Amino acid sequence: MSALGLLFQPGIVQTVVLGAVLLGALAGALGAFAVLRQQSLLGDALSHATLPGVCLGFLIAGTRDLGAILAGAFVAGALAALSVMLITRATRLKTDAALGIVLSVFFAVGVVLLTVVQGRPGAAQAGLSTFLFGQAAAILRSDLWIMGGVAALAAGTLAALWKEVKLVTFDPDYARALGLPVLAIEATVTLLIALAIVVGLQLAGVILMVALLIAPAAAARQWVRSLGAMVWLSAAFGAAAGVTGALISASARGLATGPVVVLVASGLVLVSMLLAPERGLLWRWLRGARARRAIAGRRVLAAFHGLAEAHGDRAYPTEEGMLETLVGRPAPGVIDRLERDGLIRRVDHPPETTRHWELTEKGHARAERDRGDRP
Amino acid sequence: MQDQPLHEPQFALHVEDLTVTYGAQPALWDIDLDIPPGVMAAVVGPNGSGKSTLLKSVLGLVRPVAGHVRIFGRPIGEIRGRVGYVPQRSAVDWDFPTSVLDVVMMGLYGRVGWLRRPGRAHRERAMAALAELGMQDYAGRQISQLSGGQQQRVFIARALVQEAELYLLDEPLAAVDATTERVIMDLLRRLRDQGRTIVVVHHDLTTVQRYFDWMVMLNVRIIGQGPVAEVFTAGNLRAAYGGQLALIEGGAVSPAATEAGPPA
Repeated sequence: MSALGLLFQPGIVQTVVLGAVLLGALAGALGAFAVLRQQSLLGDALSHATLPGVCLGFLIAGTRDLGAILAGAFVAGALAALSVMLITRATRLKTDAALGIVLSVFFAVGVVLLTVVQGRPGAAQAGLSTFLFGQAAAILRSDLWIMGGVAALAAGTLAALWKEVKLVTFDPDYARALGLPVLAIEATVTLLIALAIVVGLQLAGVILMVALLIAPAAAARQWVRSLGAMVWLSAAFGAAAGVTGALISASARGLATGPVVVLVASGLVLVSMLLAPERGLLWRWLRGARARRAIAGRRVLAAFHGLAEAHGDRAYPTEEGMLETLVGRPAPGVIDRLERDGLIRRVDHPPETTRHWELTEKGHARAERDRGDRP
Repeated sequence: MQDQPLHEPQFALHVEDLTVTYGAQPALWDIDLDIPPGVMAAVVGPNGSGKSTLLKSVLGLVRPVAGHVRIFGRPIGEIRGRVGYVPQRSAVDWDFPTSVLDVVMMGLYGRVGWLRRPGRAHRERAMAALAELGMQDYAGRQISQLSGGQQQRVFIARALVQEAELYLLDEPLAAVDATTERVIMDLLRRLRDQGRTIVVVHHDLTTVQRYFDWMVMLNVRIIGQGPVAEVFTAGNLRAAYGGQLALIEGGAVSPAATEAGPPA
């Protein structure tokens, strides 16, 4: 049976798409909390740390039993999270150093175990190496039940504890002062993140799983004004990245899903950073350019107005060179814009052949109004 | 929960033998402190003197090595609903995606209860608190768009909706403009006049006498406590701040030199 042949049966494609939607949405929604708690790297450490668990699960079960593998991955992830906590509490190391240590040690153990496992009979069929970079086509229909269960658990928990989770994410000290069990709530969210990572391993792999967690949330943050909107949009982005990545990788034989998902998710982040209203780079650049133009226009008007007042002549024709001496050469378009808005008008002042302008009545009024109030 | 007999219930805040350490260094050493109900108290001391730690240990946010705290005679766990807290503004990420009204309503989460969403009555209560601080027009605003003074007012509105009897505020006047300072102090005075007890971690020695009627001077240990007139003395200030203070006429004090001095 070739993998390619299987893929063209509707059942397999359906399974892959459903799995990718579930996992992408789950990781995206929970990733919002990881990003807002500034714990993006914890997700990375957790996902790398699951590799020894994946191998041990396989060794203990003796076959590629997803339940055993995921249980092993979860235990390893939980141990990693615990280690990070203990290291930061017991030593003077900061969280980033603790994360780096835990990530590399667990991952190294995982790689060593992986080489051990691959020497054993039956390992090739188990395809444990797909857990490194993910392989969407390896998702089985029965796996969907596990994914769906975890997704339902996460959705139910978030719905039930919504306001508590929000407050703990925003201001844990204040939550504690109100009497909320902050440690338990934080542990619950971390646990859900760990579960999402574990069930997402098949799709995205231990190395790049963090992209499914962080990228959709980072992209969603650019567009939203509330936590609820961020979680929903992040879930939608995650589902989109998951499906696109899964379909691309499933349609080409042997193409690992993780890297494709990362590329799609990164594209979403890039587009969001550039285009999102208010927070996007393009938006901010346009707003800055508009403000600069407005200020330049005001300076030109003020110069014209001052010269007209100094000469006691409201129709005083100001020469181009005079303007440049006073306020410097205006940026291209500034004069045109003032002319188009009917604030100044071009006049001839023979015998000089250079360009001259005078203020219109509207221009005088604008200059007088501008004088004194803030830009 | 209520079987414990009340301990020193005549005080709004009673702290006895409290010691808190971070590592080997004591942050608070053997603190004995009593604040009577209905006063506006300043907690004053140099950087690193344990002012914030004192508030946090009263709230049970840090675990003391020794000693106990009672609020109206009860341990904090039994009386949280009657204690309002305003943390330092820098304690949170102001780029969090949420609105001003939403943050103020967080003050009601303890009262709303598990598995329930805040309703219209809660929203109205939060709007009223915002109005008291002159922030009603900002209810729908993203918190990332607020100025420092507005952020502070939002935090105080969040504590205000708790309708507490004891308020603990951590540097509410740090780096706010004169208007915000007046709005905040007017509100705190109104609360005090209603019989509530206000405890403010305060850094500006020049306004202590004007704003407060009770004070606690702290430098890891208690230097002095009581009515401002009795505690705000040159001797106490020297004991708390070392020789770094320039004393000006009549006990008014410029803390300028303390900022430049070596860390204690």
